[in-house]
Amino acid sequence: MITGGRFLALPPRPVPALRRLPGMREEPAVEVVGLVKRYGTKTAVDGLDLSVARGTVTAVLGPNGAGKTTTIETCEGYRRPDAGRVRVLGLDPIADAARLRPRIGVMLQSGGVYAGARAEEMLRHTAALHAHPLDVDMLIERFGLGSCGRTTYRRLSGGQQQRLAMAMAVVGRPELVFLDEPTAGLDPQARRATWDLVRDLRDDGVTVVLTTHHMDEAEQLSDDVAIIDGGTVIAQGSPEELCRGGAENTLRFTGRPALDLRSLLKALPSDSAAAELTPGSYRISGTVDPQLLATVTSWCAQNGVMPDRISVERHTLEDVFLELTGKELRS
Amino acid sequence: MTASGTFSPRPGAAPLPRMIRAQAALETRMLLRNGEQLLLTVVIPALVLVLFGTVDIVDTGKGEAVDFLAPGVLALAVLSTAFTGQAIATGFERRYGVLKRLGVSPLPRWALMTAKTCSVLVTEVLQVALLVAIALGLGWSPHGNPAAVALLLLLGTAAFSGLGLLMAGTLRAEATLAAANLVFLLLLVGGGVMVPLDKFPDAAHSVLQLLPISALSDGLRDVLRDGAGMPWADLGILAVWAVLGLGAAARFFRWE
Repeated sequence: MITGGRFLALPPRPVPALRRLPGMREEPAVEVVGLVKRYGTKTAVDGLDLSVARGTVTAVLGPNGAGKTTTIETCEGYRRPDAGRVRVLGLDPIADAARLRPRIGVMLQSGGVYAGARAEEMLRHTAALHAHPLDVDMLIERFGLGSCGRTTYRRLSGGQQQRLAMAMAVVGRPELVFLDEPTAGLDPQARRATWDLVRDLRDDGVTVVLTTHHMDEAEQLSDDVAIIDGGTVIAQGSPEELCRGGAENTLRFTGRPALDLRSLLKALPSDSAAAELTPGSYRISGTVDPQLLATVTSWCAQNGVMPDRISVERHTLEDVFLELTGKELRS
Repeated sequence: MTASGTFSPRPGAAPLPRMIRAQAALETRMLLRNGEQLLLTVVIPALVLVLFGTVDIVDTGKGEAVDFLAPGVLALAVLSTAFTGQAIATGFERRYGVLKRLGVSPLPRWALMTAKTCSVLVTEVLQVALLVAIALGLGWSPHGNPAAVALLLLLGTAAFSGLGLLMAGTLRAEATLAAANLVFLLLLVGGGVMVPLDKFPDAAHSVLQLLPISALSDGLRDVLRDGAGMPWADLGILAVWAVLGLGAAARFFRWE
């Protein structure tokens, strides 16, 4: 580190892991206002607004083709907006690219590595492009790349390729990391390991923006979720806020198909709703309390229905998404 | 979970010379590790030299065959690395998102191109050393001005790099692979490398001699075999190709 008198110029170490306090005014890590991006006649992003607070994990959630990757790649400086304003760490991703690039880490959805490069070689190379890189041996250990360090990229498994790409995104000690579908194609164990890494990044003060089409991932990991559909953000908030936004709770049961739910609805409070999702599978939403449960079970008894697999569920992001868009996320 | 400080941000770009050195070293390793590329850059030029230098298959005109072939094979070496090898490698780097990913690293694009050029030059030095050793073993006696030879090789490298990058940056990787190999074969035969251009009909001759490979092999031959000074006409042709090729590559190259 101490070479050629350069040690005098080393910047001071940043204050570790400054967490956001309520009311603290701080420039957001990412600020997107009215972003429009078209490819030919197709509008991929259509007036999108997104704000990412520093030190948080934000999940950009949506189905394939919703505009997630286009949005992220505009923030990374790959795409020039057709309209709108994009600021990343206060900088314009295209005009200020040279100043921005050293400060961000990028994990592309796929690729990004020479087919003939060995995993460890590529990570060491990426480290060499940065002024104060992380210790590569430590990263290899943390990302479980020890057994394949000498393997060329083209021979790595999909999961190993994903882990290498994520290690490359963090090795330069960035302030902000963009992870485009970091757990796509990973087995459950590897997904959990990646989640732990994302939490560690956040705990150390790194801002993380990730895209996913896994609801559970967004719910588990993120401080903030932006739900994207048709090129715009249709809802943004913490997972708890988003789930509260809809009905409080859900009651589900299975029984005979095609029950007449109108008589049930008459017995329920007016803010309730009942639906047969698939034949024989029912969902009651509203304020699910003991009284409502009793009403439903007595209605079942009157109709000679045995409510199998009756369950009370917390409202999930999956339901929020379904409500907002009228379609399943993973279609 | 508590903060361990492992990932605490401390961003910054490495000093430019270090980035370029690291990138050039990586590019050179990738090139030397690739078997198909080595076939093109080392095996074929060496085979042409040994085979046609010892067996009288092609009439190479007056004098020793090796005195005709050695300059041609040096031109072929430049063609194989600066054009064919670089086009194919860069085409697949583009296809596999390597260029895209490097585009968000601290390495500026001009520095990436500088590193690529350094890697091409290092490879050419290795090729020239090997081919000169083989030619000398076959009884080659080179003449002429080393500065003229160096200038020819450098301008040739610039011309072929421009054309190779133009191809890699505009065509699909598979198309680049096929086209770059085809061009290599055609120029091997029709570029004055192993067949003297005056064996072709006059009309063909006057067109073929304007090709960069012909200018390079002809210029090298003027100097190394005939002891000419500066082959200005050939240098001029190479300079025009270099300006056109690099200009078009800079204009049309797509990084993704």
